Amino acid sequence: MTKIAYYPGCSLLGSSREYDESLRAIAGPMGFDLVQVPDWNCCGASSAHSLNHELSLALPARILALAETLGVEEMLVPCAACYSRLVTAHHDLAESAETRERIVEIIGMPCQGTVKPLNILEFLDRHSDSFKDKVTAPFDKDVACYYGCLLVRPPKITKFDRPEDPRTMDNLVELIGAKALDWDFKVECCGASHSISKTDLVGKLSAKIIGNAVKKGAQAIVVACPMCQSNLDMRRSFINKAAGQNYTIPVIFITQAIGLAMGLGEKELGLHRHIVKVKYPEKKKVDAEVKPKAAAAAPAPAPVTQPEQTEEA
Amino acid sequence: MSRIGVFVCHCGTNISATVDCPGVAEAIAKMPGVVHSVDYKYMCSDPGQTMIKEAIKEHKLDGVVVSACSPHMHEPTFRRACAEAGLNPYLCEMANLREHCSWVHEKEDATTVKAIDLVRKMVEKVKKNQPLYSIKVPVTKTALVIGGGIAGIQAALDIANAGHKVVMVERDPSIGGHMSQLSETFPTLDCSQCILTPRMVEVAQHPNITLHTYSEVESLEGFIGNFNVKIRKKARCVDEKLCTGCGLCSQKCPTKKNLSEFNEGLGYRPAIYSPFPQAVPNKPVIDKTQCTFFLKGKCKVCEKVCPTKAIRYDQEDQILDVEVGAIVLATGFNVLQPDFFPEYGYGRYKDVIQGLQFERLASASGPTSGEMKRPSDGKEPETVVFIACAGSRDEAKGLPYCSKICCMYTAKHAMLYKHKVHHGNAYVFYMDIRSGGKMYDEFVRRAIEEDGVKYIRGRVSRIYEEDGKLIVKGADTLLGHQTVEIKADMVVLASAAVANDGAEELAQKLHVSYDPYHFFAEAHPKLRPVETNTAGIFLAGACQAPRDIPETVSQASGAASKVAALFSQSELTREPIIAVVNRTAPPLYSTCTGCALCVPACPYQAIEMEDIKNRDGRVVKRAAKINPGLCQGCGTCVALCRVKAIDLQGFSNEQIFAELMAL
Repeated sequence: MTKIAYYPGCSLLGSSREYDESLRAIAGPMGFDLVQVPDWNCCGASSAHSLNHELSLALPARILALAETLGVEEMLVPCAACYSRLVTAHHDLAESAETRERIVEIIGMPCQGTVKPLNILEFLDRHSDSFKDKVTAPFDKDVACYYGCLLVRPPKITKFDRPEDPRTMDNLVELIGAKALDWDFKVECCGASHSISKTDLVGKLSAKIIGNAVKKGAQAIVVACPMCQSNLDMRRSFINKAAGQNYTIPVIFITQAIGLAMGLGEKELGLHRHIVKVKYPEKKKVDAEVKPKAAAAAPAPAPVTQPEQTEEA
Repeated sequence: MSRIGVFVCHCGTNISATVDCPGVAEAIAKMPGVVHSVDYKYMCSDPGQTMIKEAIKEHKLDGVVVSACSPHMHEPTFRRACAEAGLNPYLCEMANLREHCSWVHEKEDATTVKAIDLVRKMVEKVKKNQPLYSIKVPVTKTALVIGGGIAGIQAALDIANAGHKVVMVERDPSIGGHMSQLSETFPTLDCSQCILTPRMVEVAQHPNITLHTYSEVESLEGFIGNFNVKIRKKARCVDEKLCTGCGLCSQKCPTKKNLSEFNEGLGYRPAIYSPFPQAVPNKPVIDKTQCTFFLKGKCKVCEKVCPTKAIRYDQEDQILDVEVGAIVLATGFNVLQPDFFPEYGYGRYKDVIQGLQFERLASASGPTSGEMKRPSDGKEPETVVFIACAGSRDEAKGLPYCSKICCMYTAKHAMLYKHKVHHGNAYVFYMDIRSGGKMYDEFVRRAIEEDGVKYIRGRVSRIYEEDGKLIVKGADTLLGHQTVEIKADMVVLASAAVANDGAEELAQKLHVSYDPYHFFAEAHPKLRPVETNTAGIFLAGACQAPRDIPETVSQASGAASKVAALFSQSELTREPIIAVVNRTAPPLYSTCTGCALCVPACPYQAIEMEDIKNRDGRVVKRAAKINPGLCQGCGTCVALCRVKAIDLQGFSNEQIFAELMAL
């Protein structure tokens, strides 16, 4: 077993618990021992960097400093927002000795920058050999790989894949037997944290993403970010309202897709936790999947979305 | 005892701001051997030079140290001044107080101390200097022009019309370059072919010009005035002397579906082809990678139909040896490859094209005969979006520079489209409009005001296809970053101009420096824009940086006049900074032991071994001999010689040691 530091962040303990479950489920067979960073704190995503620059670096720097105590060189950060904060802090502290001194003073512990944050795709891509030959039930689906905004941007800092047309996840799903579709909105904005404050906006933006994936004939959208997943999944009622459609396409994590291909159980991978039931539509030709609006009432929107609707009213 | 004069320059305030110049002059005056030491505000000015000349005469100086800027800048100036006063110019040296001292240090005492040290070591060197005499070398009055675009054509014609021989080498089967692909040219909208083809014919028919198309430079040796070039003449598989250019072979060739390079992939050409009807020379070539005979061993249709029996399947590449005295590099540019624009879908959507492809669509000789038809289905596009700065000025794409020509040609494209499709909508997304030039801004205003092209200031973030339309998603930054979505039928990317394929390898072959983007580097960006750092090699056109036709032509004429000036002399004067083998008289006692290690070490093949014979003709010794015409004074042999038998004139071991001992 190879030891690697693991920073789950808040999402993976709460709204995206299935991401954590599926990642742990596949990490074992892949030969990795995920060691949680002790006493970890909030990464500061969504809000810290628009409020206070030093705070936005100090929060992730503390996590990096704690990870250094584990004696590892890499830290797996599955959440794209956490990854963005951590990799930015890692970059900024390495670039300027002055910044590092100041931040180290704030957090009150040494931070050498010896632990490199890895996003989930980087991690899986590097170690694809360790799951490639464990595929027992190929994930034989046409999928749209959705990267979201934060995994590949800004390129100067992430130094990972092509920022406008990334290919890493497409290559990964091909390894487990799926077909990665060529579609238009791989890195388009889903609305991110506006999910709470401007849910209608998220509905509008995410509707474009889902609509294009469905149009291109996707049977599932595969994601690598808990925020993207919850917006495309949990906000489906808003999406359908904005689009005037009844989209039923499931949105699954890349770790779940790999787990399924490894023959792991649906429950083990947390698939039962999704708001939109994980039922793959038939392989269809392009444009044939959009159902008329009349059928919109059929699958009832999951109860979780109800409170927000009332809140709005 | 030496009689040395020291002249300390303030360089305005460049040196005097951090160095105490009068203090330096005063301190140096006390050195043994220094008989005159003064400071002055501008030593390179006329009064400054006069000061030096008068001091040489008045104080009978036998050595001069000018403490000023880099010798790269003004050594020739001061050496000339010394020569005019009757002193051997190589007895004058420069101490670099500007780049090596004042520019890189703060104002403090230590800076002045360092300046004094720098001058002192030069004084010690000059004490050991010997008078040297420049070397005369002959000039081969033939110029080589590499590249047959408008830059090469203009340079070749200008040199040939000045009465000198020109050898032109072009990689493609025809000369003409990118200009021959263009439809109309800004800012007058005159037809590109109409103004270019007469020039092409003139090149082919000029008695002073030898044209080698479908040829490349293989290697280069020698130096200014005496270059030796090997040219690879690639096998055309057609006997150029017999071929009349009737075109029957191309008509009958069964392999017709090869993407035409001339039409930027928007049309097809046969395997035996002339790139375009007005090609010069109008002799076809066989593309061996596509010809059925070369791939499968049978066909030979062209051989059967050729009325003059000019087809030669067994023709091989020829290597030509050419001696030239000067070289003009005019290899042009290319446009950015599709991989750069995944977000714009170039290469994925047929109707997203780049600027040169639009030129072919708009050209009367193009694949649509000049009718505005989009590549995917041949329909007339109702809405066309033009995107300026596709790659240019975009550090994320690795190209921070401005491609310079795009603002103008985008305005031209939009205008041409509106002239052909009156009811159509043309949109231009731009960052800034850079239209400096005679009649240029008026041209852009005409596109906007008279032809109704809609300019939107902002960048496009994404292009995707929906219901048969290309959705162009961008922002209008003049309306407060408002999102704009345009349903377009065709999109034209003004993709960045980049260095031509193979520019880097060619630069290395010719020992010419280039910038990080592989454009060839000029010797000085302002004062020597057409020269390279390699003497005798000049630049013309877009191989140096992106530029438009008028600018290219001016630069080509500039390079040609440099060549003509070089050829106006019967022989060239070279610096005597060369290596010499210690040859005592009699040579038997030369310290050279004849080990011959220096022979393979010389990068210029300037060293050979010489047998030294006695009166009876018996070989008593072998010693190295350096050819002064070939030696470039690099000093490799000096460093390598085990017995210190080689010295570099002007930088002898004795001089260098004297400098070091002074510190």
